[in-house]
Amino acid sequence: MKISLSVENRNPLATLQNFLKSFLERQIVDVLLTPMRTPSNSVTPALVSDPALLNRADPLAPVLPVNAATWAGKISLRQPRPKAAAVLRPCEARALVELTKMAQASLDDLLVIALDCAGTYTPATFLHKQMQNDHPLWVDLYAAVCQKPESPNLELRPACQICEQPVFESAPIRLCLFESDLERTLIVEVRDEIAQKLNLTGEATNGRSPEIEAFIAARTQARDRAFAEIRARLEGEEGIAGVFAACIRCHNCMTVCPICYCKTCVFRSHVFDHDPMKYVQWARQKGAQRMPPDTMLFHLTRQNHMALSCVGCGMCTDACPSELPVGLVFRAVAQRLQHTFDYLPGRKVEEPLPLITFRADEWTEVGE
Amino acid sequence: MAETTKAETTQFEPKIIAFLCNWCTYTGADLAGTSRLQYPPNIRIIRLMCSGAVDPMYVLRATLGGADGVLIGGCHPGDCHYQEGNYKARRRVIALKEILKSAGFDEERIWLRWISASEGARFAETVREMTEAMRAKGPNPMKQAWAV
Repeated sequence: MKISLSVENRNPLATLQNFLKSFLERQIVDVLLTPMRTPSNSVTPALVSDPALLNRADPLAPVLPVNAATWAGKISLRQPRPKAAAVLRPCEARALVELTKMAQASLDDLLVIALDCAGTYTPATFLHKQMQNDHPLWVDLYAAVCQKPESPNLELRPACQICEQPVFESAPIRLCLFESDLERTLIVEVRDEIAQKLNLTGEATNGRSPEIEAFIAARTQARDRAFAEIRARLEGEEGIAGVFAACIRCHNCMTVCPICYCKTCVFRSHVFDHDPMKYVQWARQKGAQRMPPDTMLFHLTRQNHMALSCVGCGMCTDACPSELPVGLVFRAVAQRLQHTFDYLPGRKVEEPLPLITFRADEWTEVGE
Repeated sequence: MAETTKAETTQFEPKIIAFLCNWCTYTGADLAGTSRLQYPPNIRIIRLMCSGAVDPMYVLRATLGGADGVLIGGCHPGDCHYQEGNYKARRRVIALKEILKSAGFDEERIWLRWISASEGARFAETVREMTEAMRAKGPNPMKQAWAV
C-alpha cells in the first residue's frame, strides 16, 4: 500500500530518517544498511545498529561511491545472519537480484528499501557541488524530474545520464520520491504485512505518474544516442581494441563491478602467469607484443562472464583511470545479448541466469 | 593488382583450431582417419571431454592470437554423454558470437557443429567446407594486431 508521511520544515530527510528508525526501534530488523554522512560529511554505505545514529542517514544524497549490492550480499549470505534492511538505489537493487541468483546474496532475511533515483554524481563532483550549494543537492534533481523531465543533466555520472530504470518496482518497500511533493510529503510504498508491523495505514497502490514516464522516455532517448555512438566506434575502423587502446589493465573495472564476484579472478590466477619464452613467442608471432598482454582477452572474457547480468550501474566507468567508456561499451554489448536471451537483469529473482539453463527446442538450426 | 590478390589468396592457408568432444566429434574425426577420408590439413584438433567444457576464453584466446577459424564440435542435441553439455555449449557459443559481433569482430570465424561418432564423412566435409570459407575470408586481422 502507499503511505503518505508528512514532512515538516520542508525537510523530507528528517521524515525519511524517522521512517528508517522505526525499522530498528520496532525490531523489524536487527541492522540497517544505508548511505550515511561520515563525520567529515562525505557519504558512504554503513551498517547501522543504533537507531540514534540514523540522524546521519542520508539516502537522498545524490552520490554512488560504491554499488552497495556487494555489501548487502556480504551481510545476507551465510547463517548465522541478521535480519537486515538495505536502502538501495535501483541499480544496486538490480545487482542484488543478480547476486542472489549467483548464490552471492540471499533475500531470505533481507528487506530491500529501494529509492526512486534521479541520478547521482561521482564522489568528487558531489563534494565539489556540496561546497558550492547552500541547499541539499537532491532538491534540484527531483524538481527537474517533475518540471523538466526531458532536459539532461550533464554533470551526473555518465551511467546515470543514460539510465532508463530509475525505479525498482518489485521491492517490498519503495521510497516513491518521484511521486512525492518532497517539501510536504514523503510517499512510501510498503507491503501490507510490513506496514502492519510499522503501524502505518495508506491507500492501494496506483500506477506510474506521467512525469516519470516522460523522464524515462528522455533517458531512453539519451541511452539510444549513446549506444549508437559507441556502436559506430566498435563496429567501425576503431573496433573494441581502439576504444580500449588506453587501458592499463589495472582491473579497477573488475574490482568495483558488483556482478564480478569471483574471489580469485582467472586474470589474477596462475593461468596468466606466463613463462618468459611465452611472451617472446607472442612477440615473434606478431612482430611485437603489447605489455601488459591480453587486454582484449580481459575485456571480452569479462563481457562473457557478466554482460548478461550487467545492471548498468557504471561503477566501472567511474573507476577507470584512463577515462574509458567501459560501462557504455558493456551496456551496448549487453543490450543485444540480453535481448537474444530475452533476459533483463534484476527483473525477477526467480528467472534463471541464461547460461546455466537451456531448452532443448531452442536454436535448433545452430550446429546443423 | 587483382591477380596479385588472387595469388595471395591461393597461397594463404588458413589455420583452424578445433575443440572436439571426446565422445562424438573427436571419435568422428578418428573414423574419418581410419576410413582413409581425405580432408585439408588446416585443422589443429584439441580434444575435450565435452563441448560444454569449452571455456569461451579458449575460443577468444585462439581468435585474438590469430587463428583464422575456431571449430567447436559436439554430440547432436539429445546425444550428449553428459546429458546436457552440448545444450549449454550452444547457449555459450551464441552468447560469445553475439559479444564478438558487437565488439566489431567477424563472428563467422567461429563455427559450432554437431558431428556424431559415426559421421566420419560429415567431419571431413565440415573441415573442407570451413577451410574454404576461411580461405575466402582471408587471414584473421588479429595475426598482425600486436597492441591488443
